[in-house]
Amino acid sequence: MTAPIEVTGSELEARPDAVLDGVRKIEGRSLGQIALMRLRRDKLAMTGGVVVILLILMAILAPLLTAWFGHPPSQFHQDLIDPNLQRPLHGPWHSGVSADFPLGIEPTNGRDIFSRIVYGARISLLIAFLATLLSVVIGTVLGMVAGYFGGWVDTLIARAMDVFLAFPILLFAIALGGVVQGKAFGLSGNGLRIGLLVFIIGFFNWAYIGRIIRGQTLSLREREFVDAARAMGARAPYILFRELLPNLLAPILVYSTLLIPTNILFEAALSYLGVGVSEPTPTWGGMLSQAVPIYSLDPWFMIVPGVAIFVTVLAFNLFGDGLRDALDPRTR
Amino acid sequence: MTTPDSEVVADQRPAGDGDDALLEVRGLRKHFPVTRGAIVKRQVGAVKAVDGVDFTVRMGETLGLVGESGCGKTTTGRMITRLLEPSDGQIIFEGQDITHVSQAKMRPLRRDLQMIFQDPYSSLNPRKTVGTIIGAPFRLQGIETEHGVKRAVQDLLEVVGLNPEHYNRYPHEFSGGQRQRIGIARTLAMRPKLIVADEPVSALDVSIQAQVVNLLEDLQEEFNLTYVVIAHDLSVVRHIADRVGVMYLGKMVELADGEGLYNSPMHPYTVALLSAVPIPDPAKRKGRERVRLQGDVPSPLNPPPACRFHTRCWKAQEICGTVEPPLVEVIPGHRVACHFPENAPEGAGAKVTKAAEEAGLTEQSG
Ligand SMILES: Nc1ncnc2c1ncn2[C@@H]1O[C@H](COP(=O)(O)OP(=O)(O)OP(=O)(O)O)[C@@H](O)[C@H]1O
Ligand code: SF4
Ligand SMILES: [Mg+2]
Repeated sequence: MTAPIEVTGSELEARPDAVLDGVRKIEGRSLGQIALMRLRRDKLAMTGGVVVILLILMAILAPLLTAWFGHPPSQFHQDLIDPNLQRPLHGPWHSGVSADFPLGIEPTNGRDIFSRIVYGARISLLIAFLATLLSVVIGTVLGMVAGYFGGWVDTLIARAMDVFLAFPILLFAIALGGVVQGKAFGLSGNGLRIGLLVFIIGFFNWAYIGRIIRGQTLSLREREFVDAARAMGARAPYILFRELLPNLLAPILVYSTLLIPTNILFEAALSYLGVGVSEPTPTWGGMLSQAVPIYSLDPWFMIVPGVAIFVTVLAFNLFGDGLRDALDPRTR
Repeated sequence: MTTPDSEVVADQRPAGDGDDALLEVRGLRKHFPVTRGAIVKRQVGAVKAVDGVDFTVRMGETLGLVGESGCGKTTTGRMITRLLEPSDGQIIFEGQDITHVSQAKMRPLRRDLQMIFQDPYSSLNPRKTVGTIIGAPFRLQGIETEHGVKRAVQDLLEVVGLNPEHYNRYPHEFSGGQRQRIGIARTLAMRPKLIVADEPVSALDVSIQAQVVNLLEDLQEEFNLTYVVIAHDLSVVRHIADRVGVMYLGKMVELADGEGLYNSPMHPYTVALLSAVPIPDPAKRKGRERVRLQGDVPSPLNPPPACRFHTRCWKAQEICGTVEPPLVEVIPGHRVACHFPENAPEGAGAKVTKAAEEAGLTEQSG
């Protein structure tokens, strides 16, 4: 006899979160608040988070910081440069580090490295954030649509994802950077370069997050609350944005924080290759590319932007990993 | 694949069918295609989840639908509420054929036709507060409220026996039974006429099941509700249903009022189901023998021909595998689809066999 007949009491009733019934608080505690509590206990993630906040503050307060601790980022200080070797005259390992220049000066024209790092953070973070936003918006909408509607819509979007994932973005970026010069799309100069970088990095990366969102949507749409909404007469946009999206915020948040460091690296790579924002605007990748040919003569000049990139990427990754653990009960 | 000749004919209109019928279901079918191939999809078969089901639900009554897991109860319920598109057959609600009404035209009708879901853990959006969940019907259907949505929601919470001050809480802060009450409150917001309750208590602790069943009964009286209650065992349905339909592998095999079904089950499958229900009264227990069914439920992908129960039926004879028994009213108010029914008056089986022959239900191989 198979057992359709038995009245099976379910242990669901005894779920651990029922413990929260004891919380004498009428205001409910959302899952987000619970995740935040978990995140607070994760020391590594919190360290990453603090560094991220400091980096963001540094980018925002760049003009103030350089006014207090440095010199304008494009000001030359050739009097501090050895005219023969083209490297700083003073400081340990000829770095130019002094009370006046906390991170030393560049070889050849002696610009303030501290100021250039601080201003470089602006470009790096701005491009990384905007590109991430673009990927996330496109990826989320297309991923949700593919997962929810299924059928040929899904087939179409899934194939598009495959194409984008296989796309040689770096080559394309270099080519596009060469083609789009001067003025285009009503933009010029740095505005055009930043817009171009955001477009390339953001538009060609949506497929990663799109795939994740599609997968999550596929499992979410089987949940009965989606049917309940349909039974109440909800239309597709309501179900996508009011029922499904709130449940997708966790993966969106996590993969955004993990996409940002990737985009920072990408921007640095493009700037290194000369496709990025052009001189004299400081970028970390640009600084690296200037430093590499003379690293044996002036290693300090390469170390500083390298460390800046490394610390930033590490901080975002630590924070993102912690966020994922906090939001995803499976890895709790 | 399709068996057009098993279409139900002539005097097949279910008992009590008349002006007081709120819902009528005729020859309802749902076949889920099974496809192969990643890019070019080929249909290689079909899961015959529901394969020709007829019944009527009268205004104000409770119809129970029972059967083992996978027999197509949920699929039937979801077709009635138009969450699933029927493959064939008709659904008539308040005299209107809603079988293939477009989703847009269906929207206003949805107020009258609601569903309570099986799993209280997946039927409430975990990211929304109870207030938002129960308030959604008001916003979606533009239902007017006298004192605002918040008051209406709090009133509903009170009606289903929850603390109205828990308005701002999230579903995970409630127990399964409380969640099911929230789900019930959400359907009540629509003031529906018919509620399909899909195993409303099977996910709950036994001690809580009775409370929720009682709540459903109280609400039926208070709000003039008509229920289709789905359950996989007869004991739950016994308390609440006026009439009970027994399903097996996508077919309705017996349909009778509760008394008739419990006291004189006719279909061997019903007999087996009932024999497994524990009987509290030892005096009554005596007369009944426990019937054990052999084997597993066959796959709905490839159901046995003719009587689908014949692979497990202890009364099966040759005709059972060749002539499909239709659902026939053998005594007033009691329908059964079996050539050799139990507890039936003389000639009941013959009546079924005759109806089958008249309808040409003989299964030619293929
Ligand atoms: N979307 C679907 N695609 C394919 N097959 C399906 C689908 N939904 C249900 N089925 C199949 O249809 C049959 C009937 O399913 P249904 O959910 O209606 O059964 P049920 O009687 O409600 O069972 P349970 O008691 O387990 O809830 C099952 O064999 C199931 O596997
Ligand atoms: S028709 Fe035959 S096989 Fe089917 S239930 Fe009746 S006796 Fe059993
Ligand atoms: Mg079911």
